[in-house]
Amino acid sequence: MSAALTPASIAELVEAVRSTPQLIAVGAGTKPRLSAVNVTKLSTTALRGLVEYEPSEFTFTALTGTPLREIIAALAERGQYLPFDPMLVDAGATLGGTVVAGLSGPGRFRFGGVRDFILAVQFVDGAGRLLRMGGKVVKNAAGFDLPKFFVGSLGRFGVLTEITFKVFPRPASRLTLKVEANTIEATARILTEAANSRWELDALDLLPDGSSICLRLAGPSAALESLADEILARWPGRKLTEAEADVLWAELREFQWAHTGLPLLKVALAPGDVVAFHQTIAALDGARAHISAGGNVAFVSLAAADQFAALDEKLRALQLSGVTLRGDAPLWSGTRTASKISHAVKAALDSENRFPSLDD
Amino acid sequence: MAHPALQRLAELLPPERLLVQPQQLAAYESDGLTAFRQRPLAVAIPETSDEVIALVRLCHELELPFVARGSGTSLSGGSLPVAGGVVITLNRLNHILKLDPAQRIAVVEPGVINTQVTLSAAPHGLHYAPDPSSQSICTIGGNVAFNSGGAHCLKYGMTSNHVLGLKAVLATGEVVDWGGASRENVGPDWCGLFTGNEGLFGIALEITLQLLPRAECFHTVLAGYRTLEQAGDAVAAVIASGLLPGAMEIMDALALEAAVAAVHAEYPPDCEAVLIVELEGPREVVSADRVRLDEIIAASSPVEARPARDAEERLAIWKGRRSAFSAVGRLSPDFIVQDGVVPRRRLGEALRRIGEMSRESGLRCANVFHAGDGNLHPLILFDGRQPGALERAEALAGKILKMCVAMGGSLTGEHGIGMEKRDYLPDMFSAEEIDCMKRLRAAFDPLGIANPGKMFPGPEAPALTHHGLHPLEKAGVIFRE
Repeated sequence: MSAALTPASIAELVEAVRSTPQLIAVGAGTKPRLSAVNVTKLSTTALRGLVEYEPSEFTFTALTGTPLREIIAALAERGQYLPFDPMLVDAGATLGGTVVAGLSGPGRFRFGGVRDFILAVQFVDGAGRLLRMGGKVVKNAAGFDLPKFFVGSLGRFGVLTEITFKVFPRPASRLTLKVEANTIEATARILTEAANSRWELDALDLLPDGSSICLRLAGPSAALESLADEILARWPGRKLTEAEADVLWAELREFQWAHTGLPLLKVALAPGDVVAFHQTIAALDGARAHISAGGNVAFVSLAAADQFAALDEKLRALQLSGVTLRGDAPLWSGTRTASKISHAVKAALDSENRFPSLDD
Repeated sequence: MAHPALQRLAELLPPERLLVQPQQLAAYESDGLTAFRQRPLAVAIPETSDEVIALVRLCHELELPFVARGSGTSLSGGSLPVAGGVVITLNRLNHILKLDPAQRIAVVEPGVINTQVTLSAAPHGLHYAPDPSSQSICTIGGNVAFNSGGAHCLKYGMTSNHVLGLKAVLATGEVVDWGGASRENVGPDWCGLFTGNEGLFGIALEITLQLLPRAECFHTVLAGYRTLEQAGDAVAAVIASGLLPGAMEIMDALALEAAVAAVHAEYPPDCEAVLIVELEGPREVVSADRVRLDEIIAASSPVEARPARDAEERLAIWKGRRSAFSAVGRLSPDFIVQDGVVPRRRLGEALRRIGEMSRESGLRCANVFHAGDGNLHPLILFDGRQPGALERAEALAGKILKMCVAMGGSLTGEHGIGMEKRDYLPDMFSAEEIDCMKRLRAAFDPLGIANPGKMFPGPEAPALTHHGLHPLEKAGVIFRE
């Protein structure tokens, strides 16, 4: 997909927005359904790089088109990391795309998702104004929290130019355990008990095979072995080697388990929905789901595009909502409530409808 | 009831829940920012969500200003009434509607007291993380409106990081229902936008809160230092070590003096600053991390370092810290508390300059702060009976705020802009950015009836008059943090 516009500076981006009647920003295109709208594409890929990084402040500011992998590498040099555990890193996903997609990885279980680590944004609104909201310090309560609103906003309310994040020191070591359960009910019980335990897990995921649970510990290595032994005394399973764990988490992070070329969705779940949701997926021949963050989010890979209608109907019955990240399927699924305020806020940020609406 | 609005209000609520007499209204004239006072037209006391919705819709119909109020502990004047408007007090919507330990959530009404959430969750080994110092009296509705913080924000974030779902009535009368039991979300983050709206968008009716497993183990160290700089250096060393403490707090000499006077706290002698650092987590993790922390503290040249040996000693350390704000009331007839944020690396510089400005203005200034996240709470001491003293204190507070912004920080870490800091909003945001916020506000409240006069600079402020400490604050029930 070649973008019609590729501004090389924030000033050029502002000018591009002002001179284009209808557009949507696109990063690396790793979640193409989100921007599959028939308007001019504005590529952010030339706007890349760290603008500020203060390890002692636990904060950095980067241009929106910066690939996550560059940020991860820069943070790692100073012993820090992105606790929301971004997805599609090897695929080249950008920071801005990750924010507007609202996409966090398994590690969001411990400290929270993208929304919990975003501190400030600079963006261009529908009138072409360059604005900053939030604050570049780890604690701030001044003004409305528009940075959080942009998380999951799919580029429909403005074009991000710079984003400030909070980061944390990287845990000294990690240890991944894999335990098996025979039934989905047993699986759900393990997820609940593990989530409520004293162990403070770093990640807690049900793999796309539908029966393996992965528990990741993070912290000083001396402590992890003892915690792992206690977990394995509770449920049968084993410790993965570092190499095995790296492969496993990379497969999940990059959606390597998903069918290629077919719809991939994110669905917001509550832990209490896990059993019914799992049964829904099992009823769709060949469909797979990675249930992440202790049962708070699922990534669904359909085995055929025509399974979407059945999934949509089941999600509505379960009062769940999904968004399609890639593949040929409608953008939204499950329950969606129309609200007047949604249109009013759209008008406040983009009165000329320069960006598509959430319904497009 | 001459006022036509009062007649309409009386149709919604029985007389005992619609206060209109001056002596009844007096208790609602002020909040935690006692320098401002305003008598409302009426105080409405709804008991159900439906009553709140009906009240807001009536206000919308009549273009009647309304101010939502919980326990009235706002330190930024966020719940100050509006002349001719109605105060909607939410204390009777105080039910925990659902506590779901399996999903680790609580669904609460806005009038539920902050600590009640943790108390209800405790039997299940869970807790609610945000812990503003007024937590024993402040309400979740107020916490949501002002995105309250506390001592654990570096690791756990603020209120907004723990709000998963919201049912709210907007100032237009529209009822919205966002999010729910999931920690994840699809579509724009409406709960994130609503939290911290300072009462300008509407009123939260049901709030879904995330609960966390209570840490199994704590390691709390109190260390005294000859100079504030040394304490600041110790914080920098802890941060650089890669440890992530649950809390890091500093109190300066004047704050220590107050805590000693108030709760007989005992601190190492001849210290200009005391640092409190707390680690928390599974016992294996804490016992590994505490070795490193103890080494770092030992290397930071403290006068003395005292690790808490048991839960009782830990609570004593926190009691001293939590008492510091109201305790300052023992040192001075009046004080103003500020809430600026500076980048952590500039803490030492910020404190030096606060000291200089304080000397120049002839007013004493005590400092208590969340060192882990650069959130300063300078307490400016003055005597309101002296002519011009309040004005000098306000001027000093303003200088401190401007300094925080100039250093790349923020006007407010956790108290909000409210009435108090609204004139400084242009120091942090451009005119275009403030216009953007005003357009957002107008989207939620086209008539400008929800808590008007707060957050944005404007002509609606009542005259600045001095009224001294809030009675509850004098009694040590509420705290300024």
